[in-house]
Amino acid sequence: MLKIQKLHKSYPIGDSKLHVLKGIDLSVGEAEMVAIMGSSGSGKSTLLNIIGMLDEADEGDYILDEVPIKNLTEKKAAVYRNKFLGFIFQSFNLISYKNAIENVSLPLYYQGLKRKKRIEKAKFHLDKVGLLDWASHLPSELSGGQKQRVAIARALASEPKLLLADEPTGALDSNTSRDIMAFLQQLNDEGKTILIVTHEEDISAMCKRIVRLKDGVIMEDNFVNQVRATAHV
Amino acid sequence: MFDIDLWREILQSINKNRTRSLLSGFTVAFAILLFTILFGLANGLNNTFSQAFVDDAANAVYIRSGRTTKAYKGLQAGRRIQFKTEDFDYIKQEFEPSIEFITARVYRNAAASYKNEKNNYSLRAVHPDHQYLEKTKITQGRYINQRDMDVRTKAIVIGDLVRQDLFLKEDPLGKYINLSGIPYQVVGVFKDDGGDDEERFIYMPLTTAQTIYGNNDYIDQVNLTYNPTMDYDEAIDFGLDLEKQLKERFTVAKNDQRAVRVFNMAMQNKGINQMTSVLGILILIIGMGTLIAGIVGISNIMIFIVKERTKEIGIRKALGAPPKAIVSIILIESILITTLAGYFGLLIGVGVLNWAGPSLKTYFITNPSVSQSLVIAATLTLITAGAIAGYLPAKKASNIKPIVALRDE
Repeated sequence: MLKIQKLHKSYPIGDSKLHVLKGIDLSVGEAEMVAIMGSSGSGKSTLLNIIGMLDEADEGDYILDEVPIKNLTEKKAAVYRNKFLGFIFQSFNLISYKNAIENVSLPLYYQGLKRKKRIEKAKFHLDKVGLLDWASHLPSELSGGQKQRVAIARALASEPKLLLADEPTGALDSNTSRDIMAFLQQLNDEGKTILIVTHEEDISAMCKRIVRLKDGVIMEDNFVNQVRATAHV
Repeated sequence: MFDIDLWREILQSINKNRTRSLLSGFTVAFAILLFTILFGLANGLNNTFSQAFVDDAANAVYIRSGRTTKAYKGLQAGRRIQFKTEDFDYIKQEFEPSIEFITARVYRNAAASYKNEKNNYSLRAVHPDHQYLEKTKITQGRYINQRDMDVRTKAIVIGDLVRQDLFLKEDPLGKYINLSGIPYQVVGVFKDDGGDDEERFIYMPLTTAQTIYGNNDYIDQVNLTYNPTMDYDEAIDFGLDLEKQLKERFTVAKNDQRAVRVFNMAMQNKGINQMTSVLGILILIIGMGTLIAGIVGISNIMIFIVKERTKEIGIRKALGAPPKAIVSIILIESILITTLAGYFGLLIGVGVLNWAGPSLKTYFITNPSVSQSLVIAATLTLITAGAIAGYLPAKKASNIKPIVALRDE
């Protein structure tokens, strides 16, 4: 599904360089649910950004679904992002002047789908996250949990191979966090591959595998017994 | 390719930021408003000039004579110069290729009567070409023709006001008018854009007048139009040459201003032409300057918009928006604002011209307006202007890296 070899990334800081990723090797299989953990500055977000094609590696190979991701043009990167990846962000990143259904159908618009088809699909995914009744509401009229669920629906809309979540519960209270995690677990049960970046132990415990980063290298990579989010309720 | 969703996106964005869009449009609207009004006024000024000579051909040359003011080659000052038919023939032959139409004129006054109606009118005895020189419009019958000249017929063509005075509601064609005791047959009626004064004239064949009034071959004036294929400079040279030759013919000093006078419309027109084109260039510079200021204003605001929407653009890119989609949103928004604002300015400008136009006659501005072609040109200019204004910001937007945009918390 996803294969990374000897990945390096550094950022220029003034005259010197900050070496953030120092040779990462990681491979993730189909239907896995992986937590990437680490303290701030460990390079976990950078790794996720590179996996998400939002940023480019300096060195190393990255193969996603048997497609090597290298030297992409803006145009090609846009197509791959749309086709392969669904993003879930800590701050939701919904477009404020678009209502829920418009937000969900945006990736479908960039896929070039007809309006009618878009609305139909967006409705299906909104229904899946249980917010069909809120379709015409603006993000400002939704609660944090609802916003994140709209964002998940949007990430799912283009039916991506891989879901990437950057601190998906970071802005939510613990109850809502559990709801969202339960939903992500359910998606994983249905066969979606999910990568979650987090620094919260209890969130990582709800995944099937934990990868720990420190100073740009992988310290630990363990499969764990998944804690079901619903068990907490 | 018409993409309804793209337009939906853009309208949503404009609608979301109404004040900002309005403000950015204001400069352009103002620029176009200013340009329209200035252009309209210049047009009005132009109209006044061209109307001043509306009843005469624009390429006319008038040749008149008077008394000499300077002694020359043994001849005393105060000698009267009198043109004759032979002089007319000389001009006609000598300058043949430069002349379009040519006519001589003899002026007389006559008391005219028909049945019980009587009045005094000015007579003009002319050649057939006179019709084209004076832009006379025949409304009934015909003008003086060559046969009238050859046979010296007592045929006349009367102005419409003469017809109204003498014939009231009767049909004048074929009727005889008594001019100072001699009956003339009316063969035509004319109108003239020069106004009432021009329509109080009576035209008759030159030869007839020469025979009846004095039995000589005197001519009071020669009018001609120069060949319209000549440009102003050629026409002016022709006029100067003509004057020089005539002065030699009548043994008149070169610097004698009164004996032989050649008035050349080309000189007048060249002056007016130069003035209006300078005015036009000036207005174009002012208009363009204001428009450029407007473009810079819109460009600035669009850059600000892009900055403000950095995060949104980042999100869109993360969702798979190709660079083209981002560029078109910014570019079309810019073009839309520019064009709409420009048209608004144009409409107000045209409105102001229509409203204030009639009261500007006293300032030598007649019927100020902008032409259809200018409106089309303005549209194209505005679209181009919008594209220029949006280009930099759009480029900037498409270069935004999604990661940078999303980090922007």
